[in-house]
Amino acid sequence: MMEKKILIPLFGDQVAPRFDLATEVHIFSITDKGSFLEDKTVVLPRASAEQLCHLIIMEKIDTIICGGIEDEYYKYLKWKKVEVLDSVIGSYDSVINRFSSGKLLAGDILFDKEFKS
Amino acid sequence: MILNTSYQLPINAQIKGLFDFPVDLPTLVDEIPLGIIIFDINQRIVLVNRAFEALSGFCAAQALGIPCFNIMRSRLCVHKCPIKGLDPNSEPVCIESDLINKERQLIPVLINLSPIKNNRGELTGFMETVEDLRPLREANATTSQAYGFGHLIGKSRAMSKIFQTLPLLAQSDSAILITGETGTGKDVLAEAIHQASNRAKGQFVKINCGALPETLLESELFGHRKGAFTGAVENKPGRFRLAHNGTLFLTEIGDLSLSLQVKLLSFLDDKVVYPLGSTKGFQANVRVIAATHRNLERMVKEGSFRNDLMFRLHVVGFHLPPLRERGDDIRLILDHFLNIFSSRFGKDIKGLSKKTLQILLDYSYPGNIRELRNIIEYAANICPKGQIRPTHLPAYLSEPELHYNFESSTKEEKPVWASSPIETRKEKTTQKTWSALEKDMIIEALLKARGRRNRAAAILGWGRSTLWRKIKQHEIDV
Repeated sequence: MMEKKILIPLFGDQVAPRFDLATEVHIFSITDKGSFLEDKTVVLPRASAEQLCHLIIMEKIDTIICGGIEDEYYKYLKWKKVEVLDSVIGSYDSVINRFSSGKLLAGDILFDKEFKS
Repeated sequence: MILNTSYQLPINAQIKGLFDFPVDLPTLVDEIPLGIIIFDINQRIVLVNRAFEALSGFCAAQALGIPCFNIMRSRLCVHKCPIKGLDPNSEPVCIESDLINKERQLIPVLINLSPIKNNRGELTGFMETVEDLRPLREANATTSQAYGFGHLIGKSRAMSKIFQTLPLLAQSDSAILITGETGTGKDVLAEAIHQASNRAKGQFVKINCGALPETLLESELFGHRKGAFTGAVENKPGRFRLAHNGTLFLTEIGDLSLSLQVKLLSFLDDKVVYPLGSTKGFQANVRVIAATHRNLERMVKEGSFRNDLMFRLHVVGFHLPPLRERGDDIRLILDHFLNIFSSRFGKDIKGLSKKTLQILLDYSYPGNIRELRNIIEYAANICPKGQIRPTHLPAYLSEPELHYNFESSTKEEKPVWASSPIETRKEKTTQKTWSALEKDMIIEALLKARGRRNRAAAILGWGRSTLWRKIKQHEIDV
C-alpha cells in the first residue's frame, strides 16, 4: 500500500496565500486508496520560509499544496524531491477533496464565485 | 481549473455622464499603466486591469469573485489588512509592501487603497492601486554614492555617522529634529529622509515657520473652514492635510509662536488636525520633520520654546556639522560643485590652482555649504577657461579682515544633544581652522615674549602693525 504525506500551509480555513508567511500548517497522510492515516496541525512560532522548508524535510513530506511561493524555495523543495502544487486557491476541505480524487493541479482555483452585486 | 464560475466579467460596466456616450470602464482602466483592483465590501474582486494582470500573473477571469488576499498575495493581506480600518470617509492609505506573483517572484510594491462611496455616501467597495517598485529600487541601487545620501555628500566622520543611521531611521515614522547652522543642508537632509522612507510616493510639504505671521501660519498649517474668519471664503485644507501619507517639513521651528506650539503638540499627541472654525477633526497620517538653526535647549530655558514639544520633536536628532568642522569634505564638495557648474555653464574648467585651493581650504565658511556653492558658482562664471585662479574668487576671500569671525558667534548655537563632549573635544583639536590656529599662534608668541608685542611680532615674523591688527581681529585681550 502506497502512502503519501501532504502539507498545506493554512490561513484560517483557506490555503495560505503566502508560503513564507504561514504560521499554521496541516499535515496528513493519504493512501493510494484515498483513506487518511495521519492528521495533525502544527503551529509555527513565527512565519519563516526557511523553517517551513526545514519542517517539510524533517517530516519527510511528499507533496505541498500552497498559494504563492518564492522561486528560491520552490526550486529547493523540487531539488529535495518534494512535489509542490502552488498557486492553489480554495478552502482546506475543497482542496483535500480534489487532491484525494487525484485531480488537483498547481494553479487550481477551487472557489465558489457566486457573486452578488 | 476554475470551479463554479457563475460570475460574469464586468464587460458591461460603464461610466456614464462623463462624455456624451457611456465609456466602458474595463477598457478605460486597462490603459492605465498602474495595477488597479476594485473589490466589493466583502473584499471579492470585481475588476482588475491589464497592468495588474501582468504584475500578478492572474488573468481577470481567474481573479474576479475571489477574495482579494488570494490574488494580491501581499504581506499586508496576511499581517494587517488595511481595509479593516476603512470607512466611507477615510482618506486613502498608502503603504509599501511586497507580493508574490504567479511566476514566483517576490515584488516590492506600493499599495494605495481608497474607499469607494455610492451617491448616497455609503461604502460600496474599495479601489487599490499597486505600483511595482522594482524599477525604482534598481535606479536607487545604481545611483547611490559611497559617500552620500540623497543629494548630501561627505566622508568626514560626523557625516559618515549620519549616512549610516539615515537609511534605517528614514524607514521609521518617528519625528525627526534636524539642527545645524544656516547653509549646512537641513532642507536637503529632510527631503532625502522623505525620499528614502516608505512615504516617498506621498507629498513632501515644506513650510517655513518664520516666514508667516502667526494667524496666517495657523491657517496655513491646519487649514480653515469657509467663514471661519473674515476673508475665509473657501475651505482650505492646510499643509497637514496636504501632507497626508507623506512628510511635513517644518523649517525654522524655533520661530514658531507659543500658541502654535501648543497646537502642534496636540497634533503630535493624537495625530488629529482641527481646521480653524471646524469642530470635526481629520486623522492625518503625517510624518513630521522639524529643523532649526537655533539652540532649542536654550530657548526652553528662556521660556520661548515648550519643553514638551522639544522632546516630542526630538525623537531622533540629527546635527549637521558646520563645513569648517568637516575636514576633507570641503575638497569633496568643492570638486562636486565645480563639476556641476562647469558642465552647466559649458566651460572647460580644469580644476583649481594651488593657491586658490589653499585660500578655499583656509576659509572658515560661516555660510557653510551654501556659501561654498555660491563661491564656486561665482568663480565658474568669472573664469573663462583653464584653472580657477585667486582673481576669479570673490574679493572678500583674499581679505582676511573681511572674514566673518564665526568662533564667537556660532559655537554656542550648537545644541548640547548634538554631539558627545568627547567628540566635541576631539573635533576641536583635529579640525581647527586657520583662523583658530592663528589665534593660538599669537597667544603662544605673546606668552613667549611675556606680553611684549615687539618681541611677539618678531617671533611670528610679522610687522608690529600686522600683529596689532590681528590681535584686534581675534579679540585677544592683552
